[in-house]
Amino acid sequence: MTIEMKIDGPETVNRTDDMAQGVLGRDSARPDGLAKATGRATYAAEAHPEGMLHGVLRRAPGIGAVRCPNLEAVRAMPGVRAVLRDARMVRNAAQGMADEAPVQGVDEAAYVGQPIALVVAETFEQARHAAQRLEVAIERTDLPIDPDAVEPEVPEAKQSSQGDLDAAMRNAALTIDADYTTSSMNSAAMEPHAAVAEWDGTTLTLRGALQMLRFNRNELADSVGLSAEHVRILAPYVGGGFGSKLGISADCVAAALAAMELGQPVRVVQHRRNVFEVNTRRSETRQRIRLAADADGRLIGLGHEALVSNLPEETFAEPVVQASHFAYPGAARTLGIRIARIHRPAAGSVRAPGEAVGVTASEVAMDELAYAAGVDPVELRLRNIPEEDPERGVPFSSHRLKAALLDGAERFGWSGRPMAPRQRREGEWWIGTGMAAAFRVNMVVEAQARIRLHGAGAVVETDMTDIGTGSYAIFQQVAAELLGLPLAQTEVRLGDTALPPGSGSGGSVGAASTGTAVWLAAMELRRQIAARLGCDEAELTLKDGTATAGNTRQDLADILSGAELTGTGHVKPGDAAEKVRQATYGAHFAEVAVNDVTGEVRMRRMQGTFSAGRILNRRTARSQCHGGMIWGIGMALTETMTHDRRDGHVVNRDLAEYHVPVNADVPPLDVHLLEERDPWAGPMQAKGIGELGICGAAGAILNAIHHACGARLRDFPATPDRVLAALE
Amino acid sequence: MRPFDYQRPDDRDAAHAAARDGATFIAGGTNLVDLMKLEIMAPDRLVDVSRLGLDGIGDADGGLRIGATVTNSDLAADPRVRRTYPVLSRALLAGASGQLRNKATTAGNFLQRTRCPYFYDTDAACNKRAPGTGCAALGGEMRNHAILGGSQHCVALHPSDMAVAMRALDAEVEVEAADGTSRALALDDLYRLPGDTPHIETSLAPGDLITSVRLPVPLGERQVYRKVRDRASYAFALVSVAAVVRMEGGRIAEAALAFGGLGTRPWRDAEVDALLAGEAPGEALFDKAGEVLLRDAEPPEGTEFKLPLARRVLKAVLTEATR
Amino acid sequence: MAVTITVNGQDHTLDLDPRVTLLDALRDHLHLTGSKKGCDHGQCGACTVLLNGRRVNSCLCLAVMHDGDEVTTIEGLAEGGPSPLQEAFVAHDGMQCGYCTPGQICSATAMLDEVAAGWPSHVSASLDCPVELTHDELAERMSGNLCRCSCYPGINAAITEVARRGKTEATE
Ligand SMILES: Cc1cc2nc3c(=O)[nH]c(=O)nc-3n(C[C@H](O)[C@H](O)[C@H](O)COP(=O)(O)OP(=O)(O)OC[C@H]3O[C@@H](n4cnc5c(N)ncnc54)[C@H](O)[C@@H]3O)c2cc1C
Ligand code: FES
Ligand code: FES
Repeated sequence: MTIEMKIDGPETVNRTDDMAQGVLGRDSARPDGLAKATGRATYAAEAHPEGMLHGVLRRAPGIGAVRCPNLEAVRAMPGVRAVLRDARMVRNAAQGMADEAPVQGVDEAAYVGQPIALVVAETFEQARHAAQRLEVAIERTDLPIDPDAVEPEVPEAKQSSQGDLDAAMRNAALTIDADYTTSSMNSAAMEPHAAVAEWDGTTLTLRGALQMLRFNRNELADSVGLSAEHVRILAPYVGGGFGSKLGISADCVAAALAAMELGQPVRVVQHRRNVFEVNTRRSETRQRIRLAADADGRLIGLGHEALVSNLPEETFAEPVVQASHFAYPGAARTLGIRIARIHRPAAGSVRAPGEAVGVTASEVAMDELAYAAGVDPVELRLRNIPEEDPERGVPFSSHRLKAALLDGAERFGWSGRPMAPRQRREGEWWIGTGMAAAFRVNMVVEAQARIRLHGAGAVVETDMTDIGTGSYAIFQQVAAELLGLPLAQTEVRLGDTALPPGSGSGGSVGAASTGTAVWLAAMELRRQIAARLGCDEAELTLKDGTATAGNTRQDLADILSGAELTGTGHVKPGDAAEKVRQATYGAHFAEVAVNDVTGEVRMRRMQGTFSAGRILNRRTARSQCHGGMIWGIGMALTETMTHDRRDGHVVNRDLAEYHVPVNADVPPLDVHLLEERDPWAGPMQAKGIGELGICGAAGAILNAIHHACGARLRDFPATPDRVLAALE
Repeated sequence: MRPFDYQRPDDRDAAHAAARDGATFIAGGTNLVDLMKLEIMAPDRLVDVSRLGLDGIGDADGGLRIGATVTNSDLAADPRVRRTYPVLSRALLAGASGQLRNKATTAGNFLQRTRCPYFYDTDAACNKRAPGTGCAALGGEMRNHAILGGSQHCVALHPSDMAVAMRALDAEVEVEAADGTSRALALDDLYRLPGDTPHIETSLAPGDLITSVRLPVPLGERQVYRKVRDRASYAFALVSVAAVVRMEGGRIAEAALAFGGLGTRPWRDAEVDALLAGEAPGEALFDKAGEVLLRDAEPPEGTEFKLPLARRVLKAVLTEATR
Repeated sequence: MAVTITVNGQDHTLDLDPRVTLLDALRDHLHLTGSKKGCDHGQCGACTVLLNGRRVNSCLCLAVMHDGDEVTTIEGLAEGGPSPLQEAFVAHDGMQCGYCTPGQICSATAMLDEVAAGWPSHVSASLDCPVELTHDELAERMSGNLCRCSCYPGINAAITEVARRGKTEATE
């Protein structure tokens, strides 16, 4: 039996808090933790079916028509079984939730790095060498690669305007009008994209490094020309994704095609350099931000216009201004996204698409406004909290920015901070502090989950993935809480398309959406148990494997008496999103040291307070926030993909030259999660938290740099050369 | 990676014999294996030098003799190095990571190749990797490239930290040729400038085996190594400075400065050292030292930031070393 | 080429293409997939194992160069029950996706020995004092292991706890 629910309005009764087991929301360990810590958790590339062959991708070294003059010679190399140049191979990295094949083809390279062949051999060493020997001749076409050098597209649907911003800017007591830039960035998940494909003549089984299996299955089926029933994808453990594994990847499609052609299992693992080129990147952005305010710093107008880029044919455009629609008031508003069509690798969703770069830049602009107004930056935000969605006029489902700002300021010790920059010096180091608000839209997506309940416990099943986000832990807690079971008796099975389709991991939707499906499945089981007891579900108390209703108390095992009960939950987004504005909020505080000699910046400490509805597991939620904040450090200080000015290729396409933060870049972090229940977020009243921590974080750091040394940097990241130039 | 034959001789005679037929030595492999995987280097024969017994550190004429295969970790932690050559410990500890230093060897570190991304890109032109093909870095994206010692054919940087300290310490490498004859080379003679043959990086002939490095008594006790990089750890130097200074009566009696992140080879400039000798430390002097150091600097586009950075770091290092 | 490597206390004789790295020998030939491949070029630390007791990047080791050597992998550390570090990583949530975790734990295991041996680090104020495992010392010493999920706070808490426990045991 299935309970279906559409999120159309607020949940008036809070059932979740009635439950008795007391495990939901707790700070509890990941059930998958020990398997990961002992090396028993197996990731995509780690399957080793009998007779497995090894495939290595060959990249296009230029843009244009592709030929492989020595293909036959490579085919004859030792161990080589095939050189695949199949028109069905992925050309443009797939976008999340596409549900169909991405742009395919190998004859035209649309960007440097595009996979144009797969070399398959008996061993990895043979395949790698043969792929390196494969010559690729390009008939080069001169296509644009610089976002600033083309006339951008101005899609009407992505422009919005209310009131007269120009007039507001003319009449305002205070204005800010500045350009900010952020770099092209890579998800750089630690597990490279990988696939092991097996074909038995009817069914394609693929172990993949993927985030959203129910979409990925259709994408893979469509790519290789099978119907979805003949495709099964397994991804029980995924070594990080951050957006780059949302869509079906080049390795998956190539491995599947090779396995189908050769009738043997084929493994394809992207080389780390492929990872930088053949998966979606975060677009670089150029953002013009205009703020018009009265003398007290209250906004009367706001403009946020961004230039982003993508390949032709791609519909994704980094939604830079997403939070600007509702973050701050101002009657005059002009927001827009323009897209430069250029031939760099495809851009797509990377952790918190939109807000990660958009909030970050606008929070620097807000800091500039605070300085222009002579108002403390926290106070400036407090003065600019809108009563309702400033554009649509609808209410907020819940809004705890004020609480987050005050809590963060208190914990960080913000009060008494001298407003003026360059006040504190320790040896060569200027010390300063800065802050930023955090905003991130929240959404629910369709998801299903099933729970099987038997005498010894429950098994939760969905094709949802755990990419580090804590799905295993959270679903275990949700099911155990509602079914009154100890955590140890609640097993979670994920990452298999043979299981009910979950939401997939992406856009922070996983825990809340699929978690709600698990909640509904458990509720269905509660009803079935109640029916067996002849009572109302609401009268039922389930705890530690026993059911209490009225004054009878019985062991769950006895109630089931050998039977297995199955409950399925199915959640769908309804029109709640039209009735209210739903988002998550937070506040970042950072202390930095800026070296006056070298321009190096070192983080000294960072504090984040976040509000995202019910927190389902404090430990995994805190880890997600740490992750976001540290990504903020990367965005603020170190991360940038450099594209060659001549052909757009990623110059620094490895982990030695693309600098993700290392342990020593990260100071002690303090995270505080506010208690919140968002009634518009379904029966659990929980919202996504995986991305909130990055939104604005880098802005707090650049603001702290300004406070430390007086240099106002508007280009991310603030590498030593840039800081030095500002200091000189 | 191209197929290759692998040999692991147990003594130097066998190593020389193997090298006479043309072979590439491998020590820690942290650079060579990296490059072989990308077929930037593609030797047919590898001769493993890790078990030749070249892993000792011993006294030599009051200085130190360091075996070629002593790991960077062992060298950095050696009590004599920590006490007498702290600049060397510091440089080693500022390089790579704990894991890499456990494998990386002294000779291998000297001979590690540039990290220029175009050298690393077999689809790009590179005179160092494929002589005569041109230099894709020039006109491309340059940041961590050389501002000293470059030519129109190559501006690739030498990435080593250790070698910078070694230059300031007047290290000499001891080399045995494949015919068994041995010689000592000052680093100035080991490293060549790129000129129009950037693929020839050192004066070593094929088959030359580095057996050890000799460090003389350091000229001064004041030793500083400072490295500026893009993140707090596990990144190559944008600029680094090694200083060895002897003070006498408040004046700089002698100074040896060496630089990383600036040159096509670990950089040392006799004129900088000479300028400082006998002078009283002070801002003006240090500024002058920076001017002399950079008098011939030709920063390729994108590397201009290294000029002020080098000047500032030099000044800070000299201030610290003469305090 | 025939190579004999002692892995987690057991001798394994393998016939390998000289191009096979120690990491691939472990993962593909011995099916010990606990050691991870994040970059294959010494840039991430996911492949860290203990080689004769020291931490190294196994992706840059040619297996044939390690005939007769002793290798301990993450699986080996768990023999006879999870090691204190393995347990502490779970307790402090020193992981999210878990892909860097085996490398972190192997690295930390050897790092604690390096500290005990008095090896200085880049951030040590002096080269000859005993090492105190402060946040900065720990962070510098663990910087050869990237974690893109960015679990450094949990990782550091786990290692700190084990280091502290080890110290009290040593003084008891
Ligand atoms: C991610 C990463 C980051 C790094 N960061 C830094 C850094 O910050 N600073 C730094 O200085 N270095 C850094 N390194 C480089 C590292 O220091 C070198 O790879 C290492 O020192 C090379 O030593 P090896 O013994 O492994 O050399 P190998 O790779 O074995 O050999 C290197 C070269 O030396 C030759 N060779 C070796 N031994 C001999 C001998 N006895 N006689 C003649 N020829 C010989 C080999 O033929 C080869 O050409 C980094 C490396 C990596 C992978
Ligand atoms: S896989 Fe070896 S260091 Fe990344
Ligand atoms: S836990 Fe995912 S990379 Fe470290």
